[in-house]
Amino acid sequence: MTFKIAASPHTHQRRTTQQVMRWVYFALIPGVLAQTYFFGFGVYIQLALALLTAWVAEGLCMRMRGRPIGHAWQDHTAIVTAVLLAVSIPALAPWWIIVMGTAFAIVVVKHVYGGVGQNLFNPAMAGYVLLLVSFPVQMTSWPIPAELAQIQVSITDTINLIFTGFTSAGYNLEQLRMGIDGMTMATPLDSLRNDLNHQLTLTEALNKPIFGDIAGIGWAWVNLAFLAGGLVLIKQKIISWHIPGGLLVGLLVPSAIYWLFNPDQAITPMLHLLSGATMLGAFFIATDPVTAATSNKGRWVFGLLVGFIVFAIRTWGGYPDAVAFAVLLANMCVPIIDRYTQPVAYGHGGRS
Amino acid sequence: MSTYKELTWQGLWNNNPALVQLLGLCPLLAVTATVTNALGLGLATLLVLVGSNITVSLVREFVPKEIRIPVFVMVIATFVTVIQLLMNAYVYGLYQALGIFIPLIVTNCAIIGRAEAYASKSPWHHAAFDGLMMGLGFTLVLVLLGGIREIIGNGTLFDGANLLLGEWAAGLRIELFTVDYPLLLAILPPGAFIVMGFIIAGKNWIDQYRAARAEKPEKVVTRARVTSQ
Repeated sequence: MTFKIAASPHTHQRRTTQQVMRWVYFALIPGVLAQTYFFGFGVYIQLALALLTAWVAEGLCMRMRGRPIGHAWQDHTAIVTAVLLAVSIPALAPWWIIVMGTAFAIVVVKHVYGGVGQNLFNPAMAGYVLLLVSFPVQMTSWPIPAELAQIQVSITDTINLIFTGFTSAGYNLEQLRMGIDGMTMATPLDSLRNDLNHQLTLTEALNKPIFGDIAGIGWAWVNLAFLAGGLVLIKQKIISWHIPGGLLVGLLVPSAIYWLFNPDQAITPMLHLLSGATMLGAFFIATDPVTAATSNKGRWVFGLLVGFIVFAIRTWGGYPDAVAFAVLLANMCVPIIDRYTQPVAYGHGGRS
Repeated sequence: MSTYKELTWQGLWNNNPALVQLLGLCPLLAVTATVTNALGLGLATLLVLVGSNITVSLVREFVPKEIRIPVFVMVIATFVTVIQLLMNAYVYGLYQALGIFIPLIVTNCAIIGRAEAYASKSPWHHAAFDGLMMGLGFTLVLVLLGGIREIIGNGTLFDGANLLLGEWAAGLRIELFTVDYPLLLAILPPGAFIVMGFIIAGKNWIDQYRAARAEKPEKVVTRARVTSQ
């Protein structure tokens, strides 16, 4: 127990870590509901697996480190990590994917660095990157939105798929992802990236059933639901608006400029904002209080940096989506950002 | 004799080039995806280290202090070239698998570090033994790292050992388990960094444990206080 003596003025924070974390996962509910509506019940099974793994891993780590286990379970940070990872991976991914990712996130990314508040990198996103780098096929096999699917997947089939790889009728995930024309459907960003790389124009590339009116069937609504949850967090002052604002501006401005200069070969700004993990990343992932910058100016810079890296990787990089990589890369820059955006103490500085 | 014991201890554990000095990390992290590669590079480094240590020690009286570094580099480069040609001739498969990292042994700081810090100040037989032990310590860490990464990433051990040891070694390959989807991260460079971190942590833990055991618990004398103070 150390007593840190800081100079006044002190502000009192009414909320405990547990309350803050509880707000965060309550705010995720609209997004999870939207995901369920479009991509099926798999997300609940992933959530259950992730929570169980996080609970066990957290307990084991605290035991090994000789710390009180109850404290770690009570602050609910592991729950948020587990939930964020569970909603970022494809809903029908095999069970060992989420178990491995969550265990890595909790054990290696969080506890090896010293537990709550000490980690350099966002645990959920580091776990996600481990999975994406190691198992690219499983991690990009998103189920197609329910309204386009040939075969509707029931709850029992979902459980069978996640644990055995086949539905009771013997379909595997690859077959379920085929549309009516027998073509496997990729996510909007993935399909667009491939088509643009194959010298199709934007209009041709968008002429596919997965792109609805706005930004891909399902994906736009999922993103809007996460946006709604995020706005609640800002209203409740759980997160400040600087990081999401910076991220969205950092993504929107370069993508709009790039799109205006070659409107036929670039992803539209609207698709950038409402597809992939943009809103989830902006409001829930990049705003992690431990790994993001601390001052308001620093948060702006951090958000802009994440947004720009997302744009850069989506446009020129090797992966269709980039929120996880962008957040990790920006996490690395946080010490520098904090160093140069340190606010002037009250009474110091000034002109005279 | 105690010098040799001290040198062994320093090279293998206390001052291990890979775990404590953290020298030569580039080849260490780049080629340790399998035990075979690790062993091949480790042995090559070991031979270069012994050769360069002996030579540097023998010429230490004649080399002017001002130009000693270029001379050491020339000596090391000569031995590396010899090793490279030998590997090209006798273990061609491994030579191809290791690629650029064989010539890069020249830039391995562990080697020039030993030349500068020890061989240039010691008689040749001590220098030779030091090179042997430092090289052995480096090789052991490489093999350990390669083994862990190969098991996690591939589920095998000694895959491709025939490239290094000849045809009979093909039977050494152990298949521990088969996975449909290997954990690619362990094979890729980030996996090397993560596993290396755990190995260093393990070494520090053992050191702490031994230090704690070596410290004899002080005898606690409790006295009954009679007065209130």
